[in-house]
Amino acid sequence: MNRAKEHTEIMKNQDPSVRINNMNEVALGYTKEQAILESERCLNCKTKPCVNGCPVGIDIPKFLSEAAVGDFDKALSTIKESSLFPSICGRVCPQEKQCQKECTVGKMHKSVDEAVAIGRVERFVADYERENGKESKPVIAKKTGKKVAIVGSGPAGAACAADLAKNGHEVHIFEALHEAGGVLTYGIPEFRLPKAIVKKEFENLEALGVKIHLDTLVGRTRSIDQLMNEDGFNAVFIGSGAGLPNFLNIPGENAVGVLSANEYLSRINLMKAYDTSISRTPYPRAKRVAVFGAGNVAMDASRTARRLGAESVAIIYRRGEEEVPARKEEVAHAKEEGIEFMLLHAPKEILTDENGRVKGVVLYECKLGEPDASGRRRPEIIQGSEKVYDCDLVLVAIGNASNPLIKMTTPEIETNQRGNFIVNPDTLETSMKGVYAGGDIVLGAATVILAMGQGRKAAAAINKYLAE
Amino acid sequence: MNKIVFKEKLSEEVFHFVVEAPQIAENVKPGQFLVVQQGGDGDERIPLTVADHDVEKGTVSMVFQAVGESTHRLALLNEGDYIGHVLGPLGTPSEIENFGHVVCVGGGIGLAPLYPIAKALKEKGNKVTIIAGARNKDLLVMMKEHKSVDPNIIITTDDGSLGLKGVVTVPLKELCEKGDVDRVIAIGPPIMMKFCEKTTKEFNIPTIVSLNTLMVDGTGMCGCCRVQIGDKTKFVCVDGPDFDAHLVDWDNMFARMGTYKEQEKEAHHKCHIDLQLEEGKA
Repeated sequence: MNRAKEHTEIMKNQDPSVRINNMNEVALGYTKEQAILESERCLNCKTKPCVNGCPVGIDIPKFLSEAAVGDFDKALSTIKESSLFPSICGRVCPQEKQCQKECTVGKMHKSVDEAVAIGRVERFVADYERENGKESKPVIAKKTGKKVAIVGSGPAGAACAADLAKNGHEVHIFEALHEAGGVLTYGIPEFRLPKAIVKKEFENLEALGVKIHLDTLVGRTRSIDQLMNEDGFNAVFIGSGAGLPNFLNIPGENAVGVLSANEYLSRINLMKAYDTSISRTPYPRAKRVAVFGAGNVAMDASRTARRLGAESVAIIYRRGEEEVPARKEEVAHAKEEGIEFMLLHAPKEILTDENGRVKGVVLYECKLGEPDASGRRRPEIIQGSEKVYDCDLVLVAIGNASNPLIKMTTPEIETNQRGNFIVNPDTLETSMKGVYAGGDIVLGAATVILAMGQGRKAAAAINKYLAE
Repeated sequence: MNKIVFKEKLSEEVFHFVVEAPQIAENVKPGQFLVVQQGGDGDERIPLTVADHDVEKGTVSMVFQAVGESTHRLALLNEGDYIGHVLGPLGTPSEIENFGHVVCVGGGIGLAPLYPIAKALKEKGNKVTIIAGARNKDLLVMMKEHKSVDPNIIITTDDGSLGLKGVVTVPLKELCEKGDVDRVIAIGPPIMMKFCEKTTKEFNIPTIVSLNTLMVDGTGMCGCCRVQIGDKTKFVCVDGPDFDAHLVDWDNMFARMGTYKEQEKEAHHKCHIDLQLEEGKA
């Protein structure tokens, strides 16, 4: 019997009053029974609108029908035909803007919140199989004798590497940091994506024969030219991600206690500064925190600050609630944790004390005007509306510029004005023969799943290129 | 993993490591630096300068002072031990041109990264004058190497234990007054670099400093190292570490370098107890 008319199964979370005192994962996941009940809500409609909503085209109705009868092995295999890291994507994908947005069940209920919770089932299936040691070994094609270099071990590079390895190529990933995973490791906090899961996915990648070289900054340690002409690589995929955090260029922004969200999250996640019993990396201790921006990174930064003892944390965003770019679930979680949302406010200036330390932020109030190029209503400053928000830490989470390093050292690769690589949209090949690129270095700031999608697309093109 | 093939204690808290890192040795240029992470889960990433390299042996040399917990722990490693992670070469290489007469000023362990720059400038045809300064003669590192570049090297020590008693800016000013200095490179403690800049400013001499700010990743990702250069914000790890000294906002840089002063002091004290080291020794 179909359960489409029922409400969506609620996923249990850690209680807000408890979780603000720990770093453990907030969402506790479905039980087996819930996963089956939720899967039964799928109408299995012919048009499969959800599949079109998925950046990597997972056959969603198929895996849901398999999960609905408790065949989680099959469900996971179905997902893995299109997506390589379901335990990660089930957690961090913005499903409400992708598959679940298109879901017929949600439309029937006139609420995306009532769509089949595809992401939660995906997550359950991946976790269940992993925890029960039932993940099947992928089939690896005969060795081709071709070598591919992957620059960066984030979502784009990891997805590209996995596909190429399965096709029998010798794959080497070059990662600049001392741990693999890119944004999955340094950016997304433990409470949203446990690092043990990321580690497991990279172990799986190594089991495919992928070799990961840490501490290797392509552009400095090795150039693209050296990789191709001295080290014998037949093709290169660049998934080096975003770089250089953006700042607002307002007075006081270089004061002590103003950090990019990237720096703050890197200290906490990559360097594990939150665990003072082992970590030697310090982090700024703060009582009142202002976070500029309202994307997922801003949510991660604000919620981290709360867990590290901040009494009050405010998201400062110049547009309104509707325009908030972060995932709905992250915003809801942040609110439950007591994060204040100062919408329609824009920073004017950062105030400092006599030692050059942050003591507050001067804010303008804003109102929304006509839609701008992005289609969102343009925030307009209300003159004379200035007020001061007292704080001892400012976290700037307004996006990243592209990393200039490879561009600087590989002038053959064409970039646009923003410094993003220009690629052939069908193959993701750059202007340099045999060199492909994907993820944030091409897209600007995007999502984990879009980066993975590009990694896979490039892998397919590289596969073809190497067969020629 | 990078093997330590040579270790030397240069003074009470200053160490010289030669480490296997063939890819870094092949590509490193004067002025670039490394980020070292000892290998444990909780270890910090620490930016260290490159004092020398050997392409054939595939090694790089680093000279560092044990100033905090992480560097004290690093100093406990011995020949044959491995450092978990060495990343480099990082940063934009120093500008090496024929400028004419270049005065290279090195203070304390700043003498180590200064050496490859001074050597490259000499090879490019410059007249190179080196001023080496430190608190006392034990802290003057790589003197043999520097003398091979400038046999008439000028030495100053705060306590007068070697060379002139006093600070580097005294001979620097005298050289500037002679009027034939085309460029000054100053590498050392931030306060020394600031006073070198003040000294050369009145003579309008182009002056380059190599900044040693706090860093996390060292690859342009976090912005921890940002400094105010004129009216622009720059990242030391990718735009630097070399900058036009006359444009540096020194007060802001000093303040930012002290961001974690309290936590660092605590950790340093605790580590002397944990590692059973006497204060001032490593």
